[in-house]
Parts: sequence; structure tokens; C-alpha cells
Amino acid sequence: MNRGVLALMQAGLLLTLFALWHLLVKTEVLPAFFFGEPLIVLQRIWNWFATGKILPHLGITLLETVLAFAIGTTLGLVFGLWLALSDLAAKLLDPYITAVNSMPRVILAPIFAVWLGLGIWSKVLLGVTLVFFIVFFSVYHGVREVSPTVLANARMLGASGRQLLRHVYLPSATAWVFSSLHAAVGMAFVGAVVGEYLGSAKGVGYLILQAEGVFDINTVFAGVLVLTACALVLDRIVTLAERRLLRWRPGNVSAAS
Amino acid sequence: MKLALELTGVTCTFAARGGDGAAYTALSGVDLRVGEGEFVAVVGPTGCGKSTLLNVAAGLLKPAAGTVTVFGESLAGINRRSGYLFQTDALMPWRSALENVTAGLQFRGVGAQDARDQANDWLKRVGLEAHGHKYPHELSGGMKKRVALAQTLILDPKMLLMDEPFSALDVQTRSLMGNELLALWSQDRKSVVFVTHDLEEAIALSDRVVVMSAGPASRPIGKFPIDLPRPRDVAEIRLTPHFVELHTLIWSALRDEVQKAHAHAME
Repeated sequence: MNRGVLALMQAGLLLTLFALWHLLVKTEVLPAFFFGEPLIVLQRIWNWFATGKILPHLGITLLETVLAFAIGTTLGLVFGLWLALSDLAAKLLDPYITAVNSMPRVILAPIFAVWLGLGIWSKVLLGVTLVFFIVFFSVYHGVREVSPTVLANARMLGASGRQLLRHVYLPSATAWVFSSLHAAVGMAFVGAVVGEYLGSAKGVGYLILQAEGVFDINTVFAGVLVLTACALVLDRIVTLAERRLLRWRPGNVSAAS
Repeated sequence: MKLALELTGVTCTFAARGGDGAAYTALSGVDLRVGEGEFVAVVGPTGCGKSTLLNVAAGLLKPAAGTVTVFGESLAGINRRSGYLFQTDALMPWRSALENVTAGLQFRGVGAQDARDQANDWLKRVGLEAHGHKYPHELSGGMKKRVALAQTLILDPKMLLMDEPFSALDVQTRSLMGNELLALWSQDRKSVVFVTHDLEEAIALSDRVVVMSAGPASRPIGKFPIDLPRPRDVAEIRLTPHFVELHTLIWSALRDEVQKAHAHAME
């Protein structure tokens, strides 16, 4: 199907859903008090951006997200490579990694707030704990899946241990990292917003919490919509980076579009 | 004749999968000598440990017993004097053809521009000067083999170890690659160990054919000098009477082993 037509249909679907929402609330099938009114929601978003009132909050949330994403991905990459290449470390840490990964980490948010205060770092840390494991497991499995023939060939061509890491393991792992980054960017967002929601003085999560406190359901929806749009933009950036960095992959161009 | 490679009493065993059961002995007491500039083909039925033999010669695998001597020196670690052509795809998929060819030079610390110039030269020699920017998945099977050949030969190894390098190619491409290999080889006569299960290919290319017994615990059971004149055309030489004589002679030795291997596989 033509890409333009598809985009139009996607926009049409969105409009239809909004229209449906509007109709259901207007005919009082759904109570406006609990479900909000789409026109007011959109107007709230418009006001936020027109007055610039949301920008500092959005800036903080995005900063937390980007920091959590960057730090979590880097740590996941480093630890994934280390554990995949060191049999002893992998065996030693295996039960601990499983334990920490199965722990519901969102529950740690209050502890992080106690440790790091109500500023951005407690949110970043929460995001890091969520992002880390996604990237870590992809890299760990990615390195173990490196083709033994490619590895043997690089060794025969004279690659030293460090050169193998840089020219074989790392590029091979990159492909696996990217497959996990789409999930990771969402998780970084979850970490930032949940962290704000549980205790903060700034950020979109904080705005939502405030609105909820006075049963202003329209503002809650407005906040959720703004966050969703940001998540889509971030995911798009990951896709663009993926296309650039993984040009060598067969079928990558069509898979990414 | 001076020796390029000498294997004496090489035995290789692998632990059985799953832990229980006896260890599998792939090679047992293998003696193999390859002279300088000699093209030796090793043939044997599937599963006779031919690849294991090459991995030992390459230093990728340490034998359980026996010694490996390369140009008079005992081998420790990777065999730096050898180049290895693998049966399956060994190119780095994230590097273009050109970058794959420069890899070995890069690992040795050769400057980027110098490495690119040499690699371009080698791509031209294997007929791929127009395809340097392509990634491996954009190349055909024959082109990938040419890149692999350039990638190995650019380092000017004194010895080539080849593990059924052309087995995945179609028949025509295969003869073409065989002729190109012989043309490149005749320029400086490296020592070659060419492993294959295809007896015709072995005779057409080599100076000497070594027949391995069926596994487990396989070892060479016959050596046949190939006194066909060079230069050869690997497709046409198959039709000459002397080729047929040699084929008949070696096949009589190989046939029993192939049947044994087949019976073993059916068990």
C-alpha cells in the first residue's frame, strides 16, 4: 500500500477515535466527570504550549528519560559484554541477575527518593534499573550468538583480544542492542513518569498527580497525551539511528519503515 | 623438499555432549606432511574429521596428543603463517567488502589509506573492483568467496588452509573459482591444504591427494601423487584419460570408507 494513503488512514483512525470519545461523552453514555471531554483536553494541551507553562515540566521529564536511557543502555552494554565474555562472572552472578530482574523494581522508587531526594536523580535511577536489564539481556545473548566462523576468521586474520571485542563482539552486539532499544526507550519514560508521580516538584508526572488531586480528569488526559506523543517521537529517533547504524543488515530498510 | 606443515601423531578427542558417554575421538594418530609450495588435497567421507584436521593446523584447536610443526617451528597458539578459508560465511556482515579485505591489515596496524589501496588492488585481482562498497548480504555466494579469498591473500600467508571453500557454490561457479584459485596460487606457490569431500575437485586442483578413513578415530589411509600437467583447467582436465585413471585408483580406496561412514550414519 502507498505510504501516504496509509498515513492518511492512520490519522483518520485517530480522528475517528476522538470523535467517538466526544460523542459518547456528549450523549452522556460516558460521564464527563470520569472520562473527560476531548475538546477541553485538546484545549488544555494548546494552552500549555501557547503559554509555555508545560515546557519546564516537559523538559525535566525528557531530561530524566534521556539520562535514564543513556546511562541504562551504556551500563547494559558494558555488563552484557563483560558477562558474556567472562564465564566465571556469568556463573557467579547468574542467580543475582535473575533475582534482581524478577523484582518489581517500580516498588524501589520510594527508596530511591529517600536516597537521592526528590530531584531528577531518583527518577533517573528508577529508569536506569528498568532500561538496564532489557539492554543487558539482549547484549548478553547477542554476544553468545556471534557466529563462531566469523570469530575464528577474525582470529586467523590476526585480531587480538581487544580487537575481537571492538571489531567483532561490539558490532555484533549492536544489532541486538537496537532490537531492545525500542522497549528500552519506553521503559526510560515509565521510570521518569512513575518516579515523578510518586514524589516530585516538577515534571509531567507531577502535573498529572496535581490534576488528579483535584479530580481534573481533562488535565490528566492532556498530560497522558503529551507523554504519548513524546514517546512516539523518541521511538522514531531510535528508528532513524537504527537505520543509519545497521545499514549492513539484510532487510533492515524495509523492517524499519 | 622442505616442509611447510608437519603433523605427527595428532589425536583429537571431544567430550561427549550431555556429559555422560565416552569422549568422541575425531582424529587418531594422524601423520601429515605438506611440502613448501605443495598443493595437498585431503578427501574423506563426511564426518571424518577433515575440518578438525585444518583447525589443528590453524592453531584454533589444540590436539589432545601429537605435535604440529610449521616451517620447522613447533606451533603454539594461532598459526600466524597461515590463511584460512572457511566452508561457511566468515565475512564480517557489518563491514563492506572493502572493509572486510582491509581487516587483517587493520589488525596489524597498517595505516588506513595504505590498507585501502592494497585492498582495492586485491578486489581488482578477484574481479570485484566495482563491488567494494557492498555489504556481504548484497553479494552472491561466489562474490563472497572472492572477497574471502582477497581478505586472506592480502596478508600474504605462506600457507593456505581451505575447508571445502567452494562446496556451497553451484557447479559452474565452482569450476570458475577453482581456476581462479589455481591462477592465484601459481603466482607464488603457497603451500595449500585443501579439504574436500569431492574427489574430482581434489584431483583437479592438487599435487597430492590424501585419503582419510571414515570417523571416528580417522587417519590418512592413502597418499596419491597427482602428476597431471599444469596449468590446468579444472573443468576440462576431468575429461583426460589420465584423470580418469587417477580417479578410478583413488576412488577404489575411498569407496570402502564412504560405505563405512554411510553405514555408521545409518545406525
